[in-house]
Amino acid sequence: MMERPLTQHIVPNREPLSAEEYEKVGGYGAVRKILGGIAPQDVTRMVKDSGLRGRGGAGFPTGLKWGFVPMGDAAPRPKYLAVNGDEMEPGTFKDRVLLEGNPHLLLEGILVVSYATQLDTAFVFLRAEYKLAAARMRQAIGEAYARGWLGKNILGSGFSLDVHVHTSAGRYICGEETGMINSLEGRRAAPRAKPPFPPVVGLWGKPTVTNNVETLCCVPSIVVNGPQWFKNLSRGDDGGTKLYGVSGKVKRPGAWELPMGTTVREILEEHAGGMRDGLSLRGFLPGGASTDFLTDAHLDVKMDFASIEKAGSRLGTGTTIVLDDETCPVGLVLNLTRFFAQESCGWCTPCREGLPWLASILSDLENGQGRASDLKILEEHTRLLGPGNTYCALAPGAMEPIASALKHFREDFERHLRGKRCPWRSAG
Amino acid sequence: MATIYVDGTPHEVEEGQNLLQACLSLGYDLPYFCWHPALHSVGACRQCAVKQFKDERDARGRIVMACMTPVADGIRISIDDPEAREFRKSVIEWLMTNHPHDCPICDEGGSCHLQDMTVMTGHAHRRFRYKKRTYRNQCLGPFLNHEMNRCIQCYRCVRFYRDYAGGRDFDVLGSRNRVYFGRHEDGVLENEFSGNLAEICPTGVFTDKTLKKHYTRKWDLQWSPSICPHCAVGCNVSPGERYGSLRCVVNRYNDAVNGYVLCDRGRFGYEYVNSEKRIRGPLARGAGENAVEAVSKGTALERIRPWISEPERVVGIGSPRASLESNFALRALVGPERFVAGMSDPELRLARRAVSILRDGPAAPPSVAEIEACDAVVVLGEDLTNSAPRLALAVRQAVRRQPTEKAARFKIPAWDAAAVAYCCQNEKGPLLVATPAPDRLDDAATWTRRAAPDDVARLGFAIAHAVCSASPAPDAMSEADRSLAEEVARALKDAKRPAVLTGVSCGSEDVLRAAANLAWALRAEGKDARLSIALPECNSMGLALMDGGSLDQAIEAVENGSAQTLVVLENDLFRRMEKTKAERLLESAQHAIAIDCVENPTTARAEIVLPAAALYEASGTVVNNEGRAQRFDRCYVAEDNIQDGWRWLIDAMSAARRSEAKDWTSLDDVRAAMTEALPALAGVAQLRVEGGKIPRQPHRYSGRTAMRAHIDMSEPTPPEDADSPLAFSMEGYSGAEPPALQPFFWSPGWNSPSAVNKHQREIGGALRGGSPGIRLIEAAPSEKIVWFEEIPQAFSRRPDEWLLVPLSRIFGGEELSVLSPAVAERVAAACIAMNPKDAEALGLKAGDEAEIRLGGTEPIRQPLADMKELPEGVAGWPSGLPGVEWVEMLSWIGRKGTD
Amino acid sequence: MLTEEEKTEIEEHLAALPVRRSGCIDALNVVQRHRRWVSDESVRDIAAFLGMTPDEVDSVATFYSLIFRRPVGRHAILLCDSASCWIMGQENLLDLLEKRLGIGLGQTTEDDRFTLLSVACLGACDRAPALMIDDDLYGPVGAETLDGILERYE
Ligand SMILES: Cc1cc2nc3c(=O)[nH]c(=O)nc-3n(C[C@H](O)[C@H](O)[C@H](O)COP(=O)(O)O)c2cc1C
Ligand code: SF4
Ligand code: FES
Repeated sequence: MMERPLTQHIVPNREPLSAEEYEKVGGYGAVRKILGGIAPQDVTRMVKDSGLRGRGGAGFPTGLKWGFVPMGDAAPRPKYLAVNGDEMEPGTFKDRVLLEGNPHLLLEGILVVSYATQLDTAFVFLRAEYKLAAARMRQAIGEAYARGWLGKNILGSGFSLDVHVHTSAGRYICGEETGMINSLEGRRAAPRAKPPFPPVVGLWGKPTVTNNVETLCCVPSIVVNGPQWFKNLSRGDDGGTKLYGVSGKVKRPGAWELPMGTTVREILEEHAGGMRDGLSLRGFLPGGASTDFLTDAHLDVKMDFASIEKAGSRLGTGTTIVLDDETCPVGLVLNLTRFFAQESCGWCTPCREGLPWLASILSDLENGQGRASDLKILEEHTRLLGPGNTYCALAPGAMEPIASALKHFREDFERHLRGKRCPWRSAG
Repeated sequence: MATIYVDGTPHEVEEGQNLLQACLSLGYDLPYFCWHPALHSVGACRQCAVKQFKDERDARGRIVMACMTPVADGIRISIDDPEAREFRKSVIEWLMTNHPHDCPICDEGGSCHLQDMTVMTGHAHRRFRYKKRTYRNQCLGPFLNHEMNRCIQCYRCVRFYRDYAGGRDFDVLGSRNRVYFGRHEDGVLENEFSGNLAEICPTGVFTDKTLKKHYTRKWDLQWSPSICPHCAVGCNVSPGERYGSLRCVVNRYNDAVNGYVLCDRGRFGYEYVNSEKRIRGPLARGAGENAVEAVSKGTALERIRPWISEPERVVGIGSPRASLESNFALRALVGPERFVAGMSDPELRLARRAVSILRDGPAAPPSVAEIEACDAVVVLGEDLTNSAPRLALAVRQAVRRQPTEKAARFKIPAWDAAAVAYCCQNEKGPLLVATPAPDRLDDAATWTRRAAPDDVARLGFAIAHAVCSASPAPDAMSEADRSLAEEVARALKDAKRPAVLTGVSCGSEDVLRAAANLAWALRAEGKDARLSIALPECNSMGLALMDGGSLDQAIEAVENGSAQTLVVLENDLFRRMEKTKAERLLESAQHAIAIDCVENPTTARAEIVLPAAALYEASGTVVNNEGRAQRFDRCYVAEDNIQDGWRWLIDAMSAARRSEAKDWTSLDDVRAAMTEALPALAGVAQLRVEGGKIPRQPHRYSGRTAMRAHIDMSEPTPPEDADSPLAFSMEGYSGAEPPALQPFFWSPGWNSPSAVNKHQREIGGALRGGSPGIRLIEAAPSEKIVWFEEIPQAFSRRPDEWLLVPLSRIFGGEELSVLSPAVAERVAAACIAMNPKDAEALGLKAGDEAEIRLGGTEPIRQPLADMKELPEGVAGWPSGLPGVEWVEMLSWIGRKGTD
Repeated sequence: MLTEEEKTEIEEHLAALPVRRSGCIDALNVVQRHRRWVSDESVRDIAAFLGMTPDEVDSVATFYSLIFRRPVGRHAILLCDSASCWIMGQENLLDLLEKRLGIGLGQTTEDDRFTLLSVACLGACDRAPALMIDDDLYGPVGAETLDGILERYE
């Protein structure tokens, strides 16, 4: 049977396991194990060895990140964890599955990272609209305190941890880790420049680990079963399973936990049931709104960090948006660009001013009022708003769908220009 | 030092700075917006992009923001790289998508950093074809105009207003391309440094509202190097004139004094020069009735000639707001024995005490820049924000700087402003503010202590003793004060460069002594401690360095009949003594002559009034708190018969055929005589340049031939200025002028205030020719500490009596600036402040009219204000506010109806 | 004036935070939950409660898209306008809503029952087109289901 460490205890449309139930199925085993006598650094090493890479979008090796946290008595205190449950990237709905489905698994992951980096307080940062997730998370935290998994001197080990839920108030940029830190400090969520990196200077100036919800949910199974086991779950170079999702006009949109490195074809065809009848696939954004379009030529690419990158895109959040032949690619890119323009924090010039301009241009193109020179402006921007040129990764992310659409769907842009209207919209 | 390669050229530069700063210091034209030399880097605007290469072989490189990249040895960058150029041009293109094309009607036009940067990047062709976003503007009070459509979101304004100046009633609102910089609702910007937004903002969002009323382009103004006349910090300013009226005052960079910023009193107080109260010609008052008559210069001089022909019969009252030269000329007229410094007895005693403390003790007075570099500060007795605003701002920088040392441990460079702030959160360096009344600096303070002046002094003595046991200890300290003193002393001893700041406004010599002991104690402990003493007026220090007596001597001479004539130089006696006393003095003199620029109660009672040039129309020297003698040169020649005070005095002497001034034809002659007669002033500079005179007008000054065409077709020859190497012209000397003589800053391609970059040795450092001004006071060596031993008793309140302490007021508390309509709008209501418990005991509540009596005078009525922080037994008096009578500080006032 | 209940709730959040002003967003959320939106007066009250200035609170409040600084109806409809929902017919759903309610985006029905707002990706892309009313998430929403949903909110 396929191992599903993330979702094995999640039953759709059912309340999540209580702490007690979770313990019965072996939950909090990772906590017992580490508090039973594994040194914090060894826990970090296990995670390093497992090949776990962050599931929040950037794919940073998790163990490596934990290793940046200053340790020992001289380390600044308190140290913090910020769990990233902002999940606002269009097309992404995987953390919700975990938050609503098994909050105790996340708490267990939180305990592991907190022990490994010897931190004191964790904040679970949830986007405003995740009301159910917030309620379930709070419920689980209450249970965990009651049963001694949280609070002072956990399991008599001398290790203590407090966990709080923070519900946000909107804005995609809160998901950027330093934006999230600012937001937790009660500020505007504009990102911070790096360096200094959060593990050194984070929340309230103290060392802070930031991890995605899914990332942390992977952690308990690594501790319990060992890094090699986790590695073996994968069909590619990166360890573990991945919660893949598909939305768009497929037969069965949804999310599934599959071995890392499952091919796009398998995900789209076997799990999502293929395209709706009468439609064919034109392209897809493999890992959310800020990844490059791939096309049907890439169906056999493995959905792991390295393979998707080789194909010219990014794994991102691993949740795929499918573009069918009845949907206008220009319209889709316009929708995405509007989103990014809307969600720009307003701090740096290229993003704040560039994105709305591009959205206006795309709107003209889509409505048949574009000019040939507009494509040049779009193209220029895909370079100008590249990584390093803007303050954070929002704007570069926004360029990925535009750049790849100009590559793969150039003819569609041209048709809009030639016909002075959108071929997908009925005339008049 | 590090070697950096800029487009292949190696340069030796200082480490510890960022590349933008380094490149600008090297003279490269690299555009920027969000960075500012006083505010440092945040990397928001992305304008300063350059290419950085890994090594010699790397041909691709990557774009980095120069302002966010540290200088590192061997680093290779390119400013010229086509991609970097393209990116910088694009940044302007983006900014221009929303920036209105309203330069012709924008007050910033011609002094606009955005214009300069746009030209610099070469963005000239508009591709954006959509609507620009528009905003509603706010009414922010009398000082600043707000035009948000012009905003380019560089965030400088909030960073200046909040982080730098400590203001909290202004912020950034909204997000994405709708961010808005303003207040949560319309209203007056409260911070005392708000006016700097006009210079800090790189576009025309914040512009000088007072200038708007008589607007003139920057290039059409005639400028001069001048000094702010409104307090004793001596900020360097450039006044700008057109058509004989003063249009604005802008910051004139002096790294040691004001740096890039002025306070609002200094920036907006200038309009007294144009006020209706100006005295524009000689006046003569007929005997008996109050008839005033305008007379010619000749008539006036003829009238006074006989009165002054015998110096023994004349007393001269000098002025701490007049130049050294004018005071010296008066001293020449009356002779040294009959020259008084124009300060009351206690005032002069305090000022002289200040000088002796600074000169005879081991703690030298710091420049403003040195205060900013301090890492622990004690403020004793002085509400600096209101009495010496620029010093208070320096204290804010000092307490902000100290935590950057913590950031340095995380390898965060001090210029990485946002990272420092996130790392240090709200941490501040140690600051004690011990004053009688609530203080604007309290919000930055680690400790505040509200106490009567005697108790402030005792706390100072106690800290001094805790720092160094050789300094005497006060007896019977309360436990709370003892432990506070110890805590403060510990923090001071942990610091490297502690500063003690005090001042004379509360009228207590004990406070000065305590501050001195504290600074000296720190020096005795090996600290590089500084002591700054705030005096009230722009030349208080200069007068304290001269040898004149006090006003009481003048009164005596007049009242005992030894002198019949009184010459009052630029001084309103009613601001220095009780009304009845001043009246008596002016009446007892047979002849009173007043030389002044504005009407005041003193000129109203003088027999002859001679119109003096206001400071911006005058030339001379003043000495600031630091003991820095600074020259100022007239911006324009005032019309009518207005001339410098010293020139009136020379004229008077020559009319009386007196020989003292027979060789004095220019300011330099007066200076030469003065430095010879008064060795304490020996450093006062005479500056000359070879090769023509320095133009006061920018070379684009327009309309010169047309300005007077309605009167006369031929262009008049501009007036000669015999007193300086400056010309009232756009032609002349074009080399590097001495910084003290730089009327304005301009450089090709740099029309905004940022042009100063091009005149500095390194960005944010001294001007190429050094920092203007010469220090006249140097401290004695540390070995010779003579401690002040007498310590006052603890304050004990008196039944039914209250000790008067001053409530200094930045707006309204100073004589001249309040004549500016904009400043007048900001004057707070006059009141007498008391602890509510005291008020209650009197059966009074806030708003009630209190009637107070001082020995023998008419009762004074003043509305009562609650000030719950004020110690019981003490009452606060808004000294100097319009309509508020002069009362001697530290006098006791009695209960209503008693004496 | 903040109510005692609001103050208690805000204090609960503050207990977890080392700095009082860090509770600003929590406080805004609390007030909005009780009053539907955050008025100028509430901004001032929150500021006073947290030791901030109104400008500082408003700076935060106006940054976040789900803090309503203008009045909203009894129920806020948040219609997702992001990619997956757009592909799945969000524009039609918006048309439908506008017709049913007689208002456009950003407006409130005359009876103060609904305010219609668009929102970035609701994280319900597998249920597109999706919308949220108060705390409840719906999707996919089509002409057949919309009326039934709206009826639940008085
Ligand atoms: C604009 C932007 C939005 C982001 N949003 C999220 C998000 O909603 N959730 C998330 O986990 N990471 C998000 N990230 C990535 C985070 O910055 C960060 O890399 C991640 O939380 C780290 O966790 P991980 O290493 O476990 O993936 C976002 C990044 C950017 C630039
Ligand atoms: S790219 Fe710039 S403006 Fe855009 S979200 Fe990031 S920091 Fe803000
Ligand atoms: S000046 Fe460097 S980014 Fe603004």
